[in-house]
Amino acid sequence: MNDVVIPSRNHTGPVQAAGVSIKDLRKSYGFNEVLKGISLDVAPGEVVCLIGPSGSGKSTLLRCVNLLEQPNEGTIHVGGFEATDLDVDIDKMRRKVGMVFQQFNLFPHLNALRNCTIAQTKVLKRSQAEADKVAHANLDRVGLGHLADRFPDQLSGGQQQRVAIARALSMDPELMLFDEPTSALDPETVGDVLSVMRNLAKEGMTMLVVTHEMGFAREVADRVVFMDGGVVVEEGVAEHVISSPTQGRTKEFLKRVLDPTHIEITE
Amino acid sequence: MAMTARQRAKVSLYIQAGIFFVAMAALILATDWKTVGNSVFNFGKLGPMFPGIIVVGLKNTLIYTALAFVVGLSGGLLLALMKLSTFPLYRWIATGYIEFFRGVPALLVFIAFGYGVPLAFGVSWDVTVVVMVSLGMVASAYIAETLRAGLQAVPKGQMEAARSLGMPMWRAMVTIVIPQAFRIVLPPLTNEVILLTKDSSLIYVLGLTTAQYELTKFGRDGISSLGAGLTPLLVAGAFYLVITIPLSLLARKFESRSARTKR
Repeated sequence: MNDVVIPSRNHTGPVQAAGVSIKDLRKSYGFNEVLKGISLDVAPGEVVCLIGPSGSGKSTLLRCVNLLEQPNEGTIHVGGFEATDLDVDIDKMRRKVGMVFQQFNLFPHLNALRNCTIAQTKVLKRSQAEADKVAHANLDRVGLGHLADRFPDQLSGGQQQRVAIARALSMDPELMLFDEPTSALDPETVGDVLSVMRNLAKEGMTMLVVTHEMGFAREVADRVVFMDGGVVVEEGVAEHVISSPTQGRTKEFLKRVLDPTHIEITE
Repeated sequence: MAMTARQRAKVSLYIQAGIFFVAMAALILATDWKTVGNSVFNFGKLGPMFPGIIVVGLKNTLIYTALAFVVGLSGGLLLALMKLSTFPLYRWIATGYIEFFRGVPALLVFIAFGYGVPLAFGVSWDVTVVVMVSLGMVASAYIAETLRAGLQAVPKGQMEAARSLGMPMWRAMVTIVIPQAFRIVLPPLTNEVILLTKDSSLIYVLGLTTAQYELTKFGRDGISSLGAGLTPLLVAGAFYLVITIPLSLLARKFESRSARTKR
């Protein structure tokens, strides 16, 4: 995909990057504890991929960072905010944190451009002209400047996800959260989304990414965190964790993910 | 002679059509056309109804319906949001209100607000206000349930995306969720307007000046003054169709539009 434009830093690049610091985080749904004391640090500008089997709690952990899920115990610091402080200004904190969902969650009643401007004008109180400028720059950045007037249902899955990334970037976030951004996509559009994310990482954005794309994790992530059963089982440099895991559960998981045809029938 | 399944279905349809036409013919033959012609299709004497039934009756029906709809829509939206609130008291109030006003006949509500409230509080309300309040309150209950269903039909991810962009709850509701919910409920909402149009006829239980007559009252008045039997009511009914059929077509258009944009 060569229509991805490397942006100018002015208003479309991360002015500053925020780090994340998570300590002893616990989260339960009723009696079902899904996060059993997670500690994880992401340095400003660092790209961390969360991997692990479904139900391991990685999406829940990600959603705790911008408080879409309320943790029961532990602390989360994002930039200058303590997310777990009950008096934190949630809306102010969320402006700094971009979120990209598995199902895109674009606003279907607004075209791509308006998807990118609505929060700018309503939340950041930017003028419509300024918001349009920022939105156009970010749509160009994800290679979709020419589709600004399309509505979500007129776009492919990959294009929708790229608009969703542009929408988040239009708020000038200091941290980007990605919740399995390519899991709902047709295989042929996955590459476009990943290459947008790769560029973002190159520009120095702090990124926390839940993903099953091991190739992407190995290439782009500074660190990989393997979660299973609500705990961090193993973490380290991407290359090490993926190529030579030390923990049995990590080995088992990677074997299944990297070679799906290799299935051991145990029953 | 054995028939195939398709032949049997065809014969069955012919038989059904036959029964229908025979029944129609029987009804037409059994009707006392001479009497009916005098009392229902007696159009010759209707001159005095015009143009009043249009400039007063039709106009007032439209005004009463519009006022009630405005009250019903705002009240319904408020009740729907209350019903979805996390604060139990709001939910209880909304549920109680909706169950009550959906459960009692609109006629009784008209009488309550037309006669009961003025008696109880010593106030005298204009007929327009009585219609607005009583029909509006009944409409609120029905519209609330429609809107609630619409709000719940908007995927949860929409609220999450809006909140993730830093929008406060109310802002996300107003900018993202409610516009989508309205799109979903446009067809059933149009049907609510049709029901309201017809329910505005219940105003006849109140004392009206001629300037306040709406279609039904105009028709009833015509029965006693024109000597054309029930014909004036037939005319009033036709004017209701003038309002409701375009609304029906509109609802159908909304429906096909939302069917097309559905992924």
